[in-house]
Formats: sequence, C-alpha cells, structure tokens
Amino acid sequence: MMSLKYLVCIILSILSILPFWIMVMNATRSTPEIQQSALSLLPSKYLLNNLNILLNKSFNPLTGFFNSLIIATGATVLTVYFSSLTAYALTVYDWKLRQPFFTFIMAILMIPAQVSIIGFYQFMYRVHWTNSFWPLILPSIAAPGVVFFMRQYLLATLQLDIINSARIDGARELYTFNRIIIPIMKPAIATQAIFAFVGSWNQFFMPLVLLTDSKKYTMPIMVSLLRGDIYKTEFGSIYLGLTLTVLPLFIVYFTLSKYIIAGVALGSIKE
Amino acid sequence: MRRKSVNYAKYGYLFSLPFVLAFLVFSLYPIIYTTVIGFTDLKGLGKTTFKFLSNPFQNYQAVLKTVSFQKALVNTAIIWIINFIPQLLLALLLTAWFTNNRHKLRGQGIFKVMFYMPNIITAATVALLFYAMFGYPKGPVNDLLMSLGIIDSPYYFLIHKWPTRGIISFIQFWTWYGQTMIVFISGVLGINPELFEAADIDGASGPQTFLYVTLPCLKTIMLFTLVTSMIGGLQMFDIPRLLNLGGPDQSTLTASMFIYDQAFSGSYMYNRASAASMILFAIIAVLSAILFYIMRDKDAIRLAKEKKARMKAWKAQRRAAR
Repeated sequence: MMSLKYLVCIILSILSILPFWIMVMNATRSTPEIQQSALSLLPSKYLLNNLNILLNKSFNPLTGFFNSLIIATGATVLTVYFSSLTAYALTVYDWKLRQPFFTFIMAILMIPAQVSIIGFYQFMYRVHWTNSFWPLILPSIAAPGVVFFMRQYLLATLQLDIINSARIDGARELYTFNRIIIPIMKPAIATQAIFAFVGSWNQFFMPLVLLTDSKKYTMPIMVSLLRGDIYKTEFGSIYLGLTLTVLPLFIVYFTLSKYIIAGVALGSIKE
Repeated sequence: MRRKSVNYAKYGYLFSLPFVLAFLVFSLYPIIYTTVIGFTDLKGLGKTTFKFLSNPFQNYQAVLKTVSFQKALVNTAIIWIINFIPQLLLALLLTAWFTNNRHKLRGQGIFKVMFYMPNIITAATVALLFYAMFGYPKGPVNDLLMSLGIIDSPYYFLIHKWPTRGIISFIQFWTWYGQTMIVFISGVLGINPELFEAADIDGASGPQTFLYVTLPCLKTIMLFTLVTSMIGGLQMFDIPRLLNLGGPDQSTLTASMFIYDQAFSGSYMYNRASAASMILFAIIAVLSAILFYIMRDKDAIRLAKEKKARMKAWKAQRRAAR
C-alpha cells in the first residue's frame, strides 16, 4: 500500500515536470530533429541557432521581461503596502464604519476584471492611458483578498501595547505604522508579495486589452506572439521562447517554494 | 489634571482612504460605466460617445439570443465539471494519504512543491506549451502514443471538440489540484486532534476515520473551494484562447472570450459586450453570495442562535407559568 502511494506521488511529480522538461530539451533541438521525433529527454546542440531565429522576429524577451518587471514590481509594492495599511485601520482603530467596511471588503472579494473591462477600457481610452503601465499598476492599491489576509495576521500577532508605548513616546500614527508595524508584518508581507508579484506577472487579459504598442508588451503578450504564423515551423524557437518565459518563474519558485507552499496553506480559511 | 484625549478614530478612515479611492476609480466607476454602456448604442473602434437605446434591454436580449453566448456558458460549465470532479477526488485522496499519522508518507514537502508548481507558471505559456505538445502531425504526445503502439497514425487532437475540451480541462486540473490539496491538508491540520484520538480509541480504521471524522470537518473548506473554483472557471480566458482560439467550432469558447471578441474585434460592439459582462456579473454575484454565506462569522451566528434559544425558553416558561 505504501509503495503504491509513493508510486502515485512520483508519477504526479513527473507529470508536473515532464512538459517543461520536453520544452527545455526541444529548445536545444533543430526543427528537423523535432520533426523527426518531437519527444526527446536529452538535449541537442542548436540552442544558439534557435535563439537567433527567435530574436530575428517579433518576439523580444528582454522588452517583455523588463515591462513585466516594472508592472509586477509596482503592483506588488502598492498591494502589500496599502493592504497592510487598510488592515491596520481595520484592526487598530475603533471607528464607526469599521465593521461595514470589512463586510464590504468581503463582498467585493470575488469581482473579476472581466465584468468591468468595457467601462475600464473606455475610461482609459478617454484619459489616454491605453499603452500606459499605470492602469496595470494603480488598481493594485485595492486588493481585498490581501487586506483580508493581512487583517487575519494582525489579529493574531499584534499587541496593542506596542502602539500605546509608541504613542507615549510621541510617535505619529503613520510613523508608528511605517517603522514599527511594517517590520512586525514582514512574514505576511513576504508571502503576499510573492503571490502579488506572480499574479501580476502572469496577467494576460488586461494587458491584451490595453496594450497595442509592441514596445509596451508584457511577457505573456510576447508569449502569445509565438502562436502566430511567423514562427509556424520554427519549432525549436517556439520551445525556446516558452522556456525563456518560464525560466524566471522557475528560479523564483524553487528558491521561495517553502514560503509559497506555506502561504497557500495559510490562505485557506480556518474554522 | 485631565489629559487631552486624542481621537484616533479618524486614522481608521484616513488609512482606509487609499483603498477606497482606488476601488472607486478603478473598479466601481468602470462597473457603473459598463452597466451604462450595456443600455446604449456604443460600438465602433475608438468611439466613446453614445445614445441610450429606446428599448433599454435590447443588448441583453440580443446577447441572450446569440448562439455563441449560449455555447460559451455551456462550454464553461462542461470544461469546469470535467476538471473539478477529478481535481476534488485526487486532492481528497492525497489529503488522506498525506495526513495519515499511522503510515507517515515521507518526502511530503517535495511532493507538495512538485504538485503546486504548474500553478505559478504563466497560463499563456502553459497554453502554448500544450498547443505544441499536442501538435499534428508531429508532436510529443502523438510521438509518445505512436511509439507505445496506442495509435497507428497521428491524431489531430485540436480539430476535435471533445479532445480539445478535455485538454483544457486537464490543464485546469493539472494546475489546480496541488493548490486544492494543500488547502485541504491545512484544513485537516486545523481539526481538533481530540476528535482523531477519540476515533483511534474507538478503534476506527484509517479510511473510517477519514470518511467519518475528517470529511465532515472539511465540509466548509470544500464548499469554499467549490465556489471559488466555479467563479474562477467563469473567468477562464488565457488557456482556451491561446490553446485553440475557442475552437474547433466554438466548442471551447468561454464567456470571457465572448466578451473580449464582441468588444475588441469585428465590429467593436462595446454595448453587447457590456450586456454580456453584466450577465456574467450577475452569475458571479449569486455564487459570491453563496460563498459569503459560507464564510459568514460563525461566532456571531452562534450567539444569535443562543439568544434566540434563550428567548424561546423564556417565552415557554412564561407560557407555562400562565
């Protein structure tokens, strides 16, 4: 029985890895090699050749990488800072609308971008913000899910004594938040920052609607170009393009996997 | 001497202000704007001016009558069901294995990392990777099936309806079962250990404990997973679009793709797309209401129930005394 369990787990692990393994191997193989046999578990020697073909067309991984980096970094910083601040307002201060505001945050938790996309697009079009990164960054200030998580964390860890003694020392409220609360929240911020970053990095729908200038394309938009006619038979290059987009995520994931798995577990509701 | 009392309540409002402003500008206003556009004649690339229609629900009627919109809703349901049922079952099975204390499975950390991994990879990349994997006439999957002798000649997966739906469902399953499993495991770890000890003392077997103790305790988390997965499923866009552009024959067209295609291609019918968005919004609102009900504050409800019970007892007492 135990060996069956291990067998199933190992097969599932292989299932996770295999598509990416084939992808990386094929990224090093020439188109004739792939046409001969598309399934190879060993690399070949055409990596540079594939890279040349890839970069000579519309796919520009560096542009995509840096655009995505700017957007994801901006969105992540705004999400974690303002969600922490909102959660702080919800836990530390006693104000009349506190409970209604929390109920409201719970109510908007699930509203997806798709339901407001037409209004959003028209709005951005009128203020000439299509092809700008701002509409992909600024909405991150309001992240209800992250506020919910941060509030849970503060409720469990924060002692009001700390704030009181800071007040006696004459610290202003925002100063207390920035200098005392943020460091306390570091573990929660780190977890949420990873998810915010990956979420923003992987976003496809919004950039697809807003960005038409190829210099502004993000990584997922660059990826979608690989499906076009220009790469039709350049199989090696297509696999290489995909590999280049997966590589940064692999590095992030396997360095931070411990925190990511812990974060997924924490994100669940506890009874 | 009386100390000057400071009113801290204003900071509650002040610190919530950025969130509220961002929500008003980037969510609420666009939602209202979308609602309004749904009642107008707004269409055509680059147009922003509009007139209200004499029949305000004309766009809604048109969308509901559109065959491709109906197809999109049906496809979304089919693809979601084929993905969710196996996902739930596998996640539960793995949860049972991973939380079994009598026969401890080793290497759990590594397995979790492997199972969850596909979830963080860009959906656009995953879609294209599977598009390449199921290539015809030459592709890794066809090569594998032929070398194993399962098929004699290459099979063109992506021109057939059900195989294409199956591939999309598989991708969804493959990216999400790890997450579902981790959430379930953390749910099991949150169960009062005394329950398991009691089951142990009563001589319950591993499967019995799982069926009669663990599963009932996971009910809330399972419902939560169900509803969030349904809402996520309704937003499906990246994978069906990049795998096969909603084809073959619109068999993998989803509601979000319908909205996108109406508004950003062809005759740029922002009004129809808005009406479709609002229909999608209504469906999601109902599902969210269910979720909200599931996650409601348990303690508050218990207190309210106790109060009600006390009132009842008190009334009964009074009646008996009379």
